[in-house]
Amino acid sequence: MVADAVIAAVEALFIILLMLQVVALGVFFERKVSAVVQDRVGANRAAIFGVAALGLVNTLIADPIKFLLKEDVRIAGADRLLHALAPWVALLPALIAFAVVPFGDVLEIGDRIVNLQAAELDIGILFVLATTSLGVYGVILGGWASNNRWSLLGAVRGSAQMISYEVAMGLALVGVVLSYNTLDLQEMARQQGALLWGWLPAWGILYQPLAFVIFFTAGIAESKRIPFDLPESESELVSGFFTEYSGAKHLMFMMTDFVEVALVAALVTTLFFGGWQVPYLYRDGFHFPWGSGIGLPSLVVTILQVTAFMLKVVCFTWLQTMIRWTLPRFRYDQLMRLGWQGLLPLALVNVLASAAIILVLRRP
Amino acid sequence: MGATPLSWYLALSAVLFTIGALGVLIRRNLIVIFMAIELMLNAVNLTFVTFSRNLGSMDGQVIVFFVIAVAAAEAAVGLAIILELFRVRATTNADEVTSLRW
Amino acid sequence: MNPMTFLVLAVLTVAAALTVVLHRNPVHSALGLVATLFLLAVQFLSLDAELIAALQVIVYAGAVVVLFLFVIMLLNLEVDVRAVGGPMLLATAGAATLALGAFLVAGLRRDVGGAAADLPVGFGRTATLAERLFTIYLLPFELASLLLLVAIVGAVALARRRI
Repeated sequence: MVADAVIAAVEALFIILLMLQVVALGVFFERKVSAVVQDRVGANRAAIFGVAALGLVNTLIADPIKFLLKEDVRIAGADRLLHALAPWVALLPALIAFAVVPFGDVLEIGDRIVNLQAAELDIGILFVLATTSLGVYGVILGGWASNNRWSLLGAVRGSAQMISYEVAMGLALVGVVLSYNTLDLQEMARQQGALLWGWLPAWGILYQPLAFVIFFTAGIAESKRIPFDLPESESELVSGFFTEYSGAKHLMFMMTDFVEVALVAALVTTLFFGGWQVPYLYRDGFHFPWGSGIGLPSLVVTILQVTAFMLKVVCFTWLQTMIRWTLPRFRYDQLMRLGWQGLLPLALVNVLASAAIILVLRRP
Repeated sequence: MGATPLSWYLALSAVLFTIGALGVLIRRNLIVIFMAIELMLNAVNLTFVTFSRNLGSMDGQVIVFFVIAVAAAEAAVGLAIILELFRVRATTNADEVTSLRW
Repeated sequence: MNPMTFLVLAVLTVAAALTVVLHRNPVHSALGLVATLFLLAVQFLSLDAELIAALQVIVYAGAVVVLFLFVIMLLNLEVDVRAVGGPMLLATAGAATLALGAFLVAGLRRDVGGAAADLPVGFGRTATLAERLFTIYLLPFELASLLLLVAIVGAVALARRRI
C-alpha cells in the first residue's frame, strides 16, 4: 500500500518535472524560433561572465528572476481574494492533467512491474477534459477581479472561446475513443504498438486523421495561443484578462500558457502518434518485420521509450510555436464561427463516419 | 480505520439539501436562488450514488446521469429567462418582480 | 474511505454550501458552488462512482457554473444590498427549514446497512454505465437528448438580442 503510494508520488513528480523541462524549452523556443522566423537574432543580451549560451541565460535565468522580483501590484477597488486566487486556478488544473499521460510502457524494478503513468484511471481522457473545464475559472476570475474593463472584456472573450472549443475537443475525442475502444491513455498507447499489414505501426493518425486536425486546432484554441489569442491580444487589449497582474502572478499565467502547450503536445502524441511507442520496439527489444531482432534489457527499452515520448512532445511544441509565429490572429467572430460552425460539424461527421466504418469492419 | 458508514453520506446529503432549501427561501437574488436549487439537486445526486453503492446496483448512477443532464438544461433555460427578465425589469431581486405588469 | 478524511471533506462541503447561500457577493456564491460541486465529485469517487465524478466536474462544475458566472458578469451584478428578506420571511424560512431538517433526521434513523460487500464486476466504470444507458435506459437517454436540444433552442431564442 505504502509502496504503491510512493511509486505514484514519484511518477507524478517525474511527469511534472519532465513537462516543466518542456515548458522551459517552449519558452526558449518562443524566443529563438520566433527570431529565426522573423529573421533576427532574438534575446541574447543577458550573460553570466560573458557566457550568453545562445540566449538560454536570458530566457531561463534572467527572465524568471526579473518576474519574481517585480512588485506585486495591488489594485484599488478589486476583489483581493479572487485576484490572488486566479493564477492558481489557472495553473493547477493544467499541471494536474499530466497525471493521466503515460510517458513509458513499464519499468521493471526487481520483481515489481510499474506502469509508467501517474494515475491509472478508468476514465482516463475524461480526466483531462475535466481539468481543462476547471481551467476556465482562472480566466474568468482573473478578468473579473481586476476591476478593469479591458480585463473583463478579455475574460468574457477568453472563457467563451474556451468553452466553445472544449465542445469540439470532446467530440473529436469521441471518434478517438470509438476507434480504440477504451478511455485509458496507457491502453491507447499500447494499442498503437500493433502493426498494420505486418510492417506499418498502427498509430492513431492513420485511424483518425480528421480527429487529429480538430483536436490539435481545438487544443491551440483552448490554450489561447495565436492564432486564437484574442482574449490576450497583446496589441489590442494590452494583456487581456491578465493585464492587471505583475510579478509572480504574471509569471504563473504565462506558465499556464506553456504548460497547456506541453499538455496539448503530450495528448496529441499519446492519442495520434503512438505516445511512447518506438516502431518495432517491444518489451524485450527490437523485432523488425523482415525477421531480424535486437534483444535489449528492459531498462534500455524503457529509457528508449521515455526518450521517444519526450522527442515527440518537443516536436509538437515546436510545431505550435511555428504556428504561433506564422499565422495572423483570428477576429473574434471568425474564431467563434470556426469553433461552432466549422469544427463542431466536422467532429460530428467524424464520429458518424468512424462509427459507420467500425460497424462495417467489425461485423462478424 | 474502517470505511465510512454510508449513513454519514446520507447525513451530509440531508444537510446540503437543507442548506439549499434555506437558500431558496431566504435569498432574494434570483441567481443565488438558482444556485441554491442546483445545490439541492446535487444533494439528491449524493443520495442516489450512496444508495447505488449500498445496493450494488448501477441504476442509481444512471439516474444521476440523467439528473445532471436535466439540471444542465434547466440551468440554461432558467438563466436565459433571468436575462430576459433583466432586460425588461432591470432587476434580479425577487421582491421587485412580484407583479406580472409594471 | 477513512472516516477522518470523510469528516474533513464533509465539513469543507458544508462550509462551501453555506458560502453559496449566505454570501452577499454573487460571484463568491458561484465560487462556493464550484467548491461544493468539486468536493461532491470527490465524495462520488470515494463511493466508487468514477464516471459520475468525472461528469460532475465536466458538466456541472465546468459548464453550468461557468454559465452562472457569465450571466453574473453580463448583468454586472453588484453586491446584494438587500440580500435576505425581511424578518417575517426569515422566521417562516427558519421554521420551515427546521421542520425539513427534523424530517430528514427522522428518516435517517433507520439503519440502511453498510456498503454492499460484493460489488458486481465493473461497478462504476464507464463501460457498465454505458451498457445500461444504451440497453435498459435507451428511451430516457433519447428523451434526454431531445430535452437538451429543446433547452438549447429555447435558451438561444430567449436570450438573443431582438433588434
